[in-house]
Amino acid sequence: MSVPVRIYPERSRRGFVDQVEALSGQRLLACYQCGNCSAGCPMADHMELLPHQIIRLAQLGLGETLCGSRAIWACVSCLTCNGRCPKGVRIAEVIEAVREVVLRTNRRDDRLEVSALPAERLASLPPIALISAMRKLTS
Amino acid sequence: MRISYFPGCTLKNHAVNFDDSTIAACTRLGLEVKELDRWNCCGTVHGLAADDLIHRMAPITNLIRAKEAGADAFMTGCAMCYSTLKRANLHLRQNPEALSVVNGFLSLEQTDYRGDLDVLHLLELLRDRIGFEQLAARVERPLSGLRVACYYGCLLVRPREAAIDDSEQPRVMEDLMAALGATPVAFPLKTECCGAYQVVADPGIIAERTRRIMGSAASHGADLVVMSCPLCAYNLDDRQADARRLDPDLAPLPVFYFTQLMALALGCGEEVLRLERHRTDPRAPLTARGLL
Ligand code: SF4
Ligand code: SF4
Ligand code: SF4
Ligand code: SF4
Repeated sequence: MSVPVRIYPERSRRGFVDQVEALSGQRLLACYQCGNCSAGCPMADHMELLPHQIIRLAQLGLGETLCGSRAIWACVSCLTCNGRCPKGVRIAEVIEAVREVVLRTNRRDDRLEVSALPAERLASLPPIALISAMRKLTS
Repeated sequence: MRISYFPGCTLKNHAVNFDDSTIAACTRLGLEVKELDRWNCCGTVHGLAADDLIHRMAPITNLIRAKEAGADAFMTGCAMCYSTLKRANLHLRQNPEALSVVNGFLSLEQTDYRGDLDVLHLLELLRDRIGFEQLAARVERPLSGLRVACYYGCLLVRPREAAIDDSEQPRVMEDLMAALGATPVAFPLKTECCGAYQVVADPGIIAERTRRIMGSAASHGADLVVMSCPLCAYNLDDRQADARRLDPDLAPLPVFYFTQLMALALGCGEEVLRLERHRTDPRAPLTARGLL
């Protein structure tokens, strides 16, 4: 089976690439897919797309796949990948940019509904956990 | 030196053991720490988007409060607060345009912020401004025989520009523990992330992380694990029972803030440790070494 790959992104794809590059402050094509970022990622077991694959899809402008993935919400910005990338790509910033693309639409596509959490869990959680979760997972 | 101390919100409820032991230990060392007046939550995480200036406001109003208090330095013990405050400060120092936008937005403040205050983590203050030799000389109750695994997590050591030590092989906490008379053990997962705020939406992730991290500390012979972040402590202590459901062989391993062991070694009373706040019994290793 062959899969067609477009090397020149269409206009909408280019738009996604521009948006992610602007929000992250990174040049996506700096990544040469060595995989170092994924090798050390503590959340890799919980991602269906690994960090280097996220960068690859972003390079290709495949915004829909990325915005619909679980992996971008699994990443906790621990910055292990940033420190180990031989090309100095800040992967965590790229993933944050993709999350922002989702959270900045008017769909209020939040990944956490605090009021729906079991009361017992809510009572036991320290503010540092709740505030950071809301900062990362809600618009 | 006048130090403004920023406790952060979690130290005022879940982590009072961190707050009380910080003040007690610093007072023993003759450090004049004064809690900042009218501090506000730092926002916990540093926004990574390039245009995210709005989340710099909360950290910066705290720095303005410290300037108004005439502080020479701004100190916090919470690793997350430290990182958020430090990175906001660095960002504005390096971007004069962003600094003027922030000052414009905060125009109702009496004081403009100029980026001229240093944000310090307590561990840095102890290492660089007091020195561990000096500190060792003040120890009244050496933690002899206590085998300690030092857990840094993420934010004390990453990103590099806001790290208090080497990102892959930090040693500042081990050096502190040695100065207190304890024995730091090897701990390969000391900078491995605990899963952070995923505990809110997906606690299963934390169970797996805690099993790995605490399992590693236990297998290297630790009596306990010390840290500097109330979120790490919540995940590794309060959620340890979840990890034990994944691995029934995971031995109970207590979690401490580094300031609690400091307070203990410097001769403070047991009441400042607030041991009743711990989930995994903290007394056994201390009693075994005759420290309680
Ligand atoms: S480590 Fe850097 S260069 Fe290597 S795959 Fe990841 S982002 Fe690309
Ligand atoms: S920042 Fe995200 S992608 Fe990078 S190592 Fe941490 S969890 Fe993985
Ligand atoms: S990080 Fe937390 S504990 Fe620190 S001030 Fe901010 S919310 Fe509070
Ligand atoms: S809470 Fe966990 S994720 Fe955060 S600094 Fe502590 S180790 Fe890292």
